[in-house]
Amino acid sequence: MTYKRPDKREYDEMRKIEAKVGIIKRADGSALFSFGNSKAIVAVYGPRKLYPQHLQNPQKCLLRCYYDLASFSVAERKRPGPSRRSTEISYVTANALKPVIDLEAFPGSVIDVYILIIQADASTRCAGINAASMALAHAGIPMKELVTSVSIGKIGDAIVADLAKEEEDYTIKKDGKEMKAATDIPFAFLSRSEKISLMQLDGKISYDDLKKAIKLARKTSKKIVEIQEQALKKVKEDKT
Amino acid sequence: MEKETKKKKIKKEKETKKEITKEIKRETKKKETKEEVKIEKKKRQIVAPGEVIATGTQFLPGENTRREDKDILATRFGLLEKSEKLIKVIPLSGVYIPRVGNTVIGQVFDISFNGWMVNILAPSSAFLTLAECSGYINKNDLAEHYNFGDNIVTKIKSIKSKGIDLTMKERGLRKLEGGMIISINPTRVPRIIGRAGSMVNTIKGETGCSITVGQNGIIWIKGTSVEDELLAKKAIELITKKPFIEGLTNKIKEFLIKEKKK
Repeated sequence: MTYKRPDKREYDEMRKIEAKVGIIKRADGSALFSFGNSKAIVAVYGPRKLYPQHLQNPQKCLLRCYYDLASFSVAERKRPGPSRRSTEISYVTANALKPVIDLEAFPGSVIDVYILIIQADASTRCAGINAASMALAHAGIPMKELVTSVSIGKIGDAIVADLAKEEEDYTIKKDGKEMKAATDIPFAFLSRSEKISLMQLDGKISYDDLKKAIKLARKTSKKIVEIQEQALKKVKEDKT
Repeated sequence: MEKETKKKKIKKEKETKKEITKEIKRETKKKETKEEVKIEKKKRQIVAPGEVIATGTQFLPGENTRREDKDILATRFGLLEKSEKLIKVIPLSGVYIPRVGNTVIGQVFDISFNGWMVNILAPSSAFLTLAECSGYINKNDLAEHYNFGDNIVTKIKSIKSKGIDLTMKERGLRKLEGGMIISINPTRVPRIIGRAGSMVNTIKGETGCSITVGQNGIIWIKGTSVEDELLAKKAIELITKKPFIEGLTNKIKEFLIKEKKK
C-alpha cells in the first residue's frame, strides 16, 4: 500500500516556506519563518548584562531560549504560560543553537531568544529553530554558521519530509482497532558542516528507516539554508 | 564631375569610418564603466554567517571572518568588503561591542565609594574610578562631581573579563550639560562621522550645533535653539535610514539648506 499525502505533496516536498527578517523593530534581531500553516516569530535581545548576578558565567555568555505557543495558535485554546512541553522545547532549542554561537566572546552577559508560535500545524519547533537562527544572525551575533531544522516522518511505510498536523495523527486499522502509525523525527543541522545538533524521536522506527530519514533530512535542509540566506540578504538597510 | 563625385564618396567613407570608430570607442567606454559599477556592487554584497566569501590563499581573513581550510567564511551578518588582500565583513546590525580607545557617551547610574558605574549600552558593566578623573574631587561626596543621571563623554581604558574600565584623563572628555541626547544603532556611527569627520562637520556647520558622537551610538546635540537641535537630529535620522548611498554628505547638505529655508 502506498501512502498518499493529504495535501498531494511528494514525499520529499516541504510545505510552502515563508522567511522574513527584521519584523520586530525594537528587538536587536528578529525573524519570521513558516512551514505552511506553522508560523514562528522570533525576537533576539542582546548580548546584554545578565541579572541576577549569580547567574553570570565569567567565562561564557548565557543563551536563554523561550519557546511558547500563543493561546490562539491551536484549534482548542492553549492555556497561556509555560508548560512541561514548552520548557522542554526551549531547552532543546537552546542546545541546538549553542554550537554555532561564539559564546566566549561575551563573558557575563546573556542572549535572549523569544520564540512565539502564532499558528501551529506540526513541526513548530523546527520553524522556531529556523527563525531563531535567522534572528540571531540578524542581531549581529558572531556565528560559525546557520542552523536549519526540518522534521521527517514515517507514515505507514513512507518516509516523508515536513509533517503536517493531519499526517502526525495518521492512524491505521488493525484487528478492528485504531493504531497510531506515524513517527515524527525533528532534526536540526548546522548549515555548512552538516553536523546534527538536534534529533528527537516520537514513535517507532527501524534502524534502516532512520538512516533513510537522516539522508532525506540532509537533502531538505539544504533547500532551507538557501531560503534562510536569501531572506537575510533581502533585509532592508534602513533598520535603525 | 566624376572626380568630384569620387571625392565626395571618399569623404563619406571617411566620415562613416570615423563614426564607426567613435561608436566603438563609446561602447568600450560604456563597457568599462559598467564593469566598474559591477565590481563596486559586488563590494556591497550582504553575506550571512557561514557563507563562503572567498576561496584560495590570495585573501587574508579580516574582521568577522574566519579561515577553514582553503575557504574564507563570514562569521557575522553584514556587508562584504574586499580590499586588495584583506577581506572583511562590516556588521549591519547588533548591539555595541566595546573596543579599547573608543570614546563613548554614558549615563551615571550608580555611585560607589571610589567611583561611578556608567551605563554605556555595552554587554558588560563600565566603571570609572576616582583615580581616572582630573581635578579636585571631594571624596566624601562623589555625587557633587557626577551625580545620578549625569551624562558624560568618556573613553574606554581597558576591557577585562570583569568589566570595562573608563578614563576621563584626556582632552574633550567631560560632563555634558544641557542639549539633547539621541541614540542610534552603533553600526551607523562611522557613517554619521563620515570620512575624516566630513559628515558631522557639515551638520555642525549648517545647524550651528555642537555635536558629540559616541562610538556606542549615543549622540549629544547642543545648539542655540531647540529648532537647530531638532534639525540636526532630523539629519542624523536621515543618515541612519539611508546609510549606503553614494555622495550622502552632499545630499545631507542640500537637505539642511532646504530645511533651513522653510
